[in-house]
Amino acid sequence: MPYIPHTVEDRQEMLATIGARSIDELFREIPDDLKIAPQSLNIPSALDESKLLAHLTQISRKNVDLTRVVSFLGAGAYDRFIPATVNAVISRGEFLTAYTPYQPEFSQGYLQSIYEFQSMIAELYGMDVANASMYDGATSLAEAAILAHGVTGRKKIYVSEAVHPHYRQVLDTYCWSMDLDVVQMPTEGGYTKIGELEDAACILIQYPNFFGSIEDLAAARKAATDSGAMFIVCADPVAMALITPPGEFGADIVVGEGQQLGVPMGLGGPYVGLFACKSEFVRRIPGRIVGRTTDHDGREGFVMTLRTREQDIRREKATSNICTNEALMALACTVYLEAMGKNGLKQVAETSVRNTQYTMKALTQAGAKLKYPNAKVFDEFVVELPKDASEVRDKLIDKGFLAGLPLGPYYKDQANCLLVAVTENRSKEQIDAFASALKEVIR
Amino acid sequence: MKGQAVRSVPLPKLIFEKSRKGRVGCNVPVADTPEVDLKAALGQVREELHLPEVSELEVLRHFTILSHVNYGIETGFYPLGSCTMKYNPKINERTAALPGFSMLHPMQPASMIPGAMEILLGVQDMLKEITGFDYITLQPVAGAHGEMTCLMLIRAYHESRGEGKQRHTILVPDSAHGTNPASAARCGYDVKSIPTDADGNTDLKALEAALDDSIAGLMLTNPSTLGLFEPNITKICEMVHKAGGMVFCDGANMNAMVGTTRPGDHGFDCMHLNLHKTFSTPHGGGGPGCGAIGIKSHLEPFLPVPIVQRVDGKPSLDWHRPHSIGRVSPYYGQFLMEVRAYTYLRAYGKEKMHEISHYAVLNANYIKARLKDVLPAAYDRPCMHECVLTAEKYKKQHGVRALDISKRLIDYGFHPPTNYFPLIVPEAMMIEPTETECKETLDAFCDAMIEICTEAVNDPDLLHNAPTSQIVGRLDETKAVKELDVRWRTKREGVKV
Repeated sequence: MPYIPHTVEDRQEMLATIGARSIDELFREIPDDLKIAPQSLNIPSALDESKLLAHLTQISRKNVDLTRVVSFLGAGAYDRFIPATVNAVISRGEFLTAYTPYQPEFSQGYLQSIYEFQSMIAELYGMDVANASMYDGATSLAEAAILAHGVTGRKKIYVSEAVHPHYRQVLDTYCWSMDLDVVQMPTEGGYTKIGELEDAACILIQYPNFFGSIEDLAAARKAATDSGAMFIVCADPVAMALITPPGEFGADIVVGEGQQLGVPMGLGGPYVGLFACKSEFVRRIPGRIVGRTTDHDGREGFVMTLRTREQDIRREKATSNICTNEALMALACTVYLEAMGKNGLKQVAETSVRNTQYTMKALTQAGAKLKYPNAKVFDEFVVELPKDASEVRDKLIDKGFLAGLPLGPYYKDQANCLLVAVTENRSKEQIDAFASALKEVIR
Repeated sequence: MKGQAVRSVPLPKLIFEKSRKGRVGCNVPVADTPEVDLKAALGQVREELHLPEVSELEVLRHFTILSHVNYGIETGFYPLGSCTMKYNPKINERTAALPGFSMLHPMQPASMIPGAMEILLGVQDMLKEITGFDYITLQPVAGAHGEMTCLMLIRAYHESRGEGKQRHTILVPDSAHGTNPASAARCGYDVKSIPTDADGNTDLKALEAALDDSIAGLMLTNPSTLGLFEPNITKICEMVHKAGGMVFCDGANMNAMVGTTRPGDHGFDCMHLNLHKTFSTPHGGGGPGCGAIGIKSHLEPFLPVPIVQRVDGKPSLDWHRPHSIGRVSPYYGQFLMEVRAYTYLRAYGKEKMHEISHYAVLNANYIKARLKDVLPAAYDRPCMHECVLTAEKYKKQHGVRALDISKRLIDYGFHPPTNYFPLIVPEAMMIEPTETECKETLDAFCDAMIEICTEAVNDPDLLHNAPTSQIVGRLDETKAVKELDVRWRTKREGVKV
């Protein structure tokens, strides 16, 4: 019984208090033909803690992780520096093993940290309010589209093809189940081309977009306004340190993926969805929101608020079915943003820009071509190679580099295109070595 | 007397109030590549950014102070019904932090991650066996997300048979979790409530009357949210199937069944699991959850992509699924939570798995028995992993509500049970101790509850004013809504309010 503390005497005394002879008797309401015998499950045998660690370590070593290759792969998840303080805080049992703060008197620590999270996410995106987090960037985007449908009563969701392809797939699934139509907007020169909008509930733009280009949000806002659609932006939170936030352009909702703010890549989860909006939509926001108030003695404290939007109270009329969110990952983001602060986040962003600009030059000199030479980019860009990008990527793995994402599987006519990301974790030496390796491979 | 402040802690301030221009709270990477003209590179440069500026030590102290005014399982007993607040083993944290897992990029080619596939397949295989379903997918990222995914599969199933439009209603018992009707609505379904009978079971007559060819399915929690096993479960599934509907099992209460009975054998077509409840991944203050689902083979064509499978003994991903509902999350689900669940499942193994349900049920029945004179069970039957008690008599006779008893428990150092749920029990107190609590803890909790019930009779205001031991008392929730303050704004720096 690894984590079960009962002694034989405990069990006997407890059964005596209950008035039962055996534990089996407690299960008497389960029909016999539905029961299985103890130890009859066909699963592996129990392991003690020492063997467990050895077993898991051995499995983990079968993977080629990013400590063993130099990564230029981004596409929605980024190898960023995580200060040691982040893990020190989120591994504290008072946070790690807490439940949702439904009992505010016992949860002020978490509630305050969520209030600080909401404040900083709203600030980063230039928006009025943010919620306490969503599952991830993709589902956050889908929830935003559904909110727009609720506000406008319209059923067409216009999404740029330069939104992350996996996010669009999740959006498609959500919209199918809600009988909403997804209309794709094409790109030109690496930027979204917004054509005619017909009866659009919203337009969805990624910023910077999947190809790395910093989209023209002013034009997108105007197109949305002209057609009575809501304007929704999926924005990179780290880029916000240097580029104008969507709020300044009048975005109605801004969503994003918070992984970059202190969350390990972890093969894609758990991540954390960011969700911010104009205050006029706050009563339609999905998920939890924390607010500041006072107790009967006038002492300031924090509570979950606007609770009548939520599923446990509102049931089928709730603004969303979301219950569990990503509180612990949001706490990681909170610690990250407070540790970085204004100056640290700017340095992270600026270092990424410098490394990216340097990589663009280095790869061009190595024989790659910039796919969108006129695009303004933050930390990610597309190169066109003389060969199939998947083949090049695979060969570079053998040389110790994870080169980026081949775009062929996602976009037709882009088989030779590679999406390259360069974070603050890369050095000049690594970039030079990467460029030389690429040169050899594409020669 | 209980209720005095037990410790003196520094009062937390907002981090923004500690900010001083120029400070940085970590040792940030320095660029060794050439400087660039940001305006030229980006086309624009943001001017204003109001993030706090504090030192590294200040950041740590800030959160350490906050942690002192927060309560977790590692702080004390957390008998929150329906939430399965069991011990979250530390070894799970250690394995999930191995760089071979935590440093994997979700878009890495599958050929680089055979170990990760082994974990996903291992969890799928063990959960398949434990639940009795034919297939498991780990893509849903939370319980409600798993519910929604199951409903999407049900919808796709009916659509494939040309009955998608016609079957527009989902039945949900009145005792169900709020996520059930909310998830059904999120899948475009109408929701119809089914009552509970006098014994605490699903009302079969009402169910029979509701079943027709407009029914897409029934969402049933078993054991129910009353902590009771549904003895007619096989019959219920047969009735719904006969009407052409599917039956979904809300797996929130799987902890009562692990190694003892398998929902897949009960007649269910699909179910969701909360790995953060039953399989010990930490709740984290409200997430991450982790919501695997199990399905029977007739729903298999519709599973979300990619499918993680074994072909000739080797792990592979299957993307080519013409009938799939698509993706429900961007990558493989909550992978690092799967690592934790895998570690936990392997710690129990074949030999000990059933002890989870055995001791969870023993503990719940023990609390129910010890409290029966002060707080009777809503239904006098053997409970499963949780017991639902009613405080109705204190409300009627002394004006003391379940909430007051709960708030008073805080002064005794215990987290309150779930209150006012399920909705059908007046002044409900739903207590789920889990298997990882020892008899001494349960006794201390029961002693406190008995003492509080005496206080309720003798000094009701002690309960009305509770808690008094924490840095705040009961907070004004109406004010929180009316004077909505959900973000900090610096007045000093003149940001628009």
